[in-house]
Amino acid sequence: MQIVWTSTLHSYMPIFVSFLHPLQQSQFLFYCCLISLSSLHAGKALNRPILRFQSSSWVRTVSRTGKSRGPEEPRIGVFICHCGSNIADIVDVKEVVDFASKFPNVVFAVDERYVCSEPGQALIRENIRKHKLNRVIVASCSPRMHETTFRKALEAEGLNPFLLEITNLREQCSWVHMHEPRKATQKAKVLVASAIAKATLLEPLTPMKFSVTPAALVIGGGIAGIQASLDLANIGFKVHLVEKTPSIGGHMAQLDKTFPTLDCSACILTPKMVDVSRHPNITLWSYSEVESISGFIGNFKATIVEKARYINKSLCTGCGTCASKCPVKTIPNEFDLGLGTRSVAYIPFPQAVPLIYTIDKENCLYFTKGVCRVCEKTCPFKAVDFNQQDKKVEIEVGTIVIATGYDLFDANRKPEYGYKQYKNVLTNLEFERLISAAGPTGGQLVRPSDGRAPKKIAFVQCIGSRDILTNPYCSRVCCMASVKQAHQAKEKYPDAKVFVFYIDLRTFGKGYEEFLWRVQEEGVNLVRGKVAEIYRKPKDENLTVLFEDTLLGQTREMDFDMVILAAGLEPRVDAQQIQKALKLSMSPDSFFLEAHPKLRPVETHIAGVYLCGCAQGPKDIPDVVAQASAAASQASIPLIQGEVVSEPTIAYVDKELCCSCKICESVCVYDAIEADETDEEKRAKVNEALCVGCGSCAAACPARAITMYGFTKEQISKQLAALLTEPT
Amino acid sequence: MSAHDLTQKHKLLECIQCGMCTGVCPVSKKTNLNVRNYMREAAVYGELPRHPENELWSCTTCATCEARCPKEIKPYEFLIDIRGSDVEAGKIATTLRDALESVFKNGNPWGRIRSKRTEWTQDLAVKHYAKDMDFLYFVGCTPAYDPRAQEVAKSFVTCLEKAGISFGILGTEENCCGNEVYGMGEKGLFEHLAEANQKLFRKYDLKQLVTSCPHSYHTFKNRYETRNFEVNHHTQLLANLIDEERLAFQKKLGKKIIYHDPCFLGKQNNIYDEPRKIIESLPDVELLEFDRSRERSLCCEGGGGRMWIDIPGPRLAEARVQEAIDYGAQILAVACPFCLSTFEDAVKTAGVEDQIQIKDVAELLSQTL
Repeated sequence: MQIVWTSTLHSYMPIFVSFLHPLQQSQFLFYCCLISLSSLHAGKALNRPILRFQSSSWVRTVSRTGKSRGPEEPRIGVFICHCGSNIADIVDVKEVVDFASKFPNVVFAVDERYVCSEPGQALIRENIRKHKLNRVIVASCSPRMHETTFRKALEAEGLNPFLLEITNLREQCSWVHMHEPRKATQKAKVLVASAIAKATLLEPLTPMKFSVTPAALVIGGGIAGIQASLDLANIGFKVHLVEKTPSIGGHMAQLDKTFPTLDCSACILTPKMVDVSRHPNITLWSYSEVESISGFIGNFKATIVEKARYINKSLCTGCGTCASKCPVKTIPNEFDLGLGTRSVAYIPFPQAVPLIYTIDKENCLYFTKGVCRVCEKTCPFKAVDFNQQDKKVEIEVGTIVIATGYDLFDANRKPEYGYKQYKNVLTNLEFERLISAAGPTGGQLVRPSDGRAPKKIAFVQCIGSRDILTNPYCSRVCCMASVKQAHQAKEKYPDAKVFVFYIDLRTFGKGYEEFLWRVQEEGVNLVRGKVAEIYRKPKDENLTVLFEDTLLGQTREMDFDMVILAAGLEPRVDAQQIQKALKLSMSPDSFFLEAHPKLRPVETHIAGVYLCGCAQGPKDIPDVVAQASAAASQASIPLIQGEVVSEPTIAYVDKELCCSCKICESVCVYDAIEADETDEEKRAKVNEALCVGCGSCAAACPARAITMYGFTKEQISKQLAALLTEPT
Repeated sequence: MSAHDLTQKHKLLECIQCGMCTGVCPVSKKTNLNVRNYMREAAVYGELPRHPENELWSCTTCATCEARCPKEIKPYEFLIDIRGSDVEAGKIATTLRDALESVFKNGNPWGRIRSKRTEWTQDLAVKHYAKDMDFLYFVGCTPAYDPRAQEVAKSFVTCLEKAGISFGILGTEENCCGNEVYGMGEKGLFEHLAEANQKLFRKYDLKQLVTSCPHSYHTFKNRYETRNFEVNHHTQLLANLIDEERLAFQKKLGKKIIYHDPCFLGKQNNIYDEPRKIIESLPDVELLEFDRSRERSLCCEGGGGRMWIDIPGPRLAEARVQEAIDYGAQILAVACPFCLSTFEDAVKTAGVEDQIQIKDVAELLSQTL
């Protein structure tokens, strides 16, 4: 591995962040307190990788202070932004300008309607030149908004971008003191004074560059992972696609038809699956799991465990002899959700990719009782290998795409619907298997209890969704899924009575509302009211559905012979494993959290890790595919650039002061600081690739040996002193 | 309380109008009560809903609406508050008024004098509770006064004695627990009762209370604010005694028994297994299950003050008894004095005395000892 040091300021490219890691907030009371007081950009360095980086030999510890235009006598320029009316309507900006101008090192102060605009930036640049400014203060919005913008303005004038100080007069002043303009103006002055105090001590800093391994890891082989892998591979990068089950395809492979166009799901999915298997840039790790991940953007290492199939994948041709000869054929097929059966030697479904059989160890007669081995004897290609072991493989990648998908809500958690208690109460997904031509009934929509055609079918919406007790969110796909299935039921049995019970029918996508109309025209009854209970009367096979038609305000009971529950979508149970390995954030609904809900929808807080599909939240296939392509595009950026630049605002240890107490080591959640074992005195050493600049170690260090670049003790003390001085 | 106050207090604007509360409401079978409409009128239009007596007072406070609500709203509590306004304005049925007055005067809603509260113990050697005893048996008004429910109290006492449990009762000191008073909306009187009872319990330094009434159980457990004693339902204690093998079964029952979950024990307090465990351990019985059992159990119409106001229409208890017969049960087992009473009535009005018996779980147990 190689590091490239930035020598010119022009190649500087900041990676900035939007959120403060909650862990840091709590641990770093001291720093965060100061930081928020002085409207500093606490979170700015936190997008840095936070993984254990195993080999640190390549990290050089040198001073990160840059060599460009040195800190001579500070000449500060202060730019007070009106933010249209956001700040200027509350804060008397002219007064703040006057106030700022009186400070000894301030050589220029001005107010401007929008400092972030082109003319605003030109104003900064012009005055850097005109007044030979070597420190710039912008008093505007949060640094999360425009820090990069203003840093670039400094850079354009040959000034080190870290000689910029932003103080937040909007979120932390005018917006929160809307009704107290006088006090807001006073506070604005204090904030500006503190920024000036810090600016006098600012030092130039230089970011660092790392090379990038030109490959990506995609976790999850559903439609999201398939799309992301194909896109990345087509851009030209090596892709490792890891799928937990024996075949890629995910939930989409289980669906019969897709709404609203009624394309056959398998017909549009399987060509993509085949593309994956044939793509020269894609290595498909099926029946495999990611065991651990270490490293950081550009330089991740992942350990993949390829589970033993007990069938040699290079010999198996998918002929199926093992399955047909296998004497145990009554194992509930997971792919058919237990509605059908499979052999112990199996492929989940006929179009499985890769087309390699798997022996289910738990149910195999040889593994459980030491007898049989029929498959081994009959396999024409001698592919059966009972001695096969799980295999561990280590791969190196530059970026990671998480596409782990969803789990269906367990309808048993709502006992009022009698799921599993009544055979004819099924979930939406079970309905898909039942009506699929490749499903256990060969596409016959029949009642599981007696194999007869249903005459009256109810679809019940929002099972587990929009419910504080289970999942408060809307699962987004179920309305259309049920409406589509209602159509399919009508298509099979035009005389059947079909009812959809809903709270709100959310048909938001392209062509969805039109599809709903079509289904209404076909004679599907829509009832506004969530089903409250399903029960069976004594000596009666029918399912009695209890509900209120809320549009009539009438409580009714109605008998059905089949009920389909629109069970919601939930985060994968084992997604937590990935979450822990990568230290990703989760949103309150336990899906993976994107870096910004609107502007960075496929990135995570961990640089180099991207999200797509239902791992990020429930969504339908069009949205999944769009998001997967977006994630692939984002994940390809560092790979195309070939190098990543890191923030220089990290910790630095003064070896003269360090007493090797290792307290810093114990407080660092990023494993970024540790006693240097090669050093005779075992002084603490910062791993610059891992340090996010949170400040934990600096706050905890009893010897005060640790300095945070960009947030030194001197800078913060001086800021504090200014904050505590009454403005005049 | 104004519509605005009710909206704030019960978070009515959070309602998504899904219709689960109304869909599952057991009394919707007999009245036009539509609590969702009531809540919507109050929340959206700021108007107190018009509430005819046979709608408002049909609510049994069984709390199934709360159990189903996806937004954790308690529709029945909202109805109780509307009742409260009517109680305050004196606009309630005379039978309800009499019950409330009797609670205030005599400490029971049955219009009986305090000194008769221990009448049921005449042939038994039940001691008054003392500090060194393990359990206070809180009898409750219905088992204390109602001749049929008295049998339950007696049976329970028999079980306790056979197991060698040290227990006592509060005798004439015992007061109404206030659960039904709360359900009728008379929260002032409820607070008064709660305070008086807590004071009494503190006097005896109470540690463990057992009651054979799920309504008392619920109110002690969930509505008494500063409770520093353990509350047990008699089925919990009896199931424990069976577990510890402190009860020796002597006689066989030879019956098919179906168990009905009382709302205040099951849905409101998640006690489903203990009563079944007792029945299953009885010699020579077959435990049957209603399709609508446990979380889906039906209400017998005994709660929420309904013992003191008759709402015309089909009786849910009759349907339930018929269902029990359809399942082939010879005994419909209950664990609540109100269920006992409503089902006993239903058996008589439906004329099925020869087909089914109603028994409390404690009665069944004591019969086998």
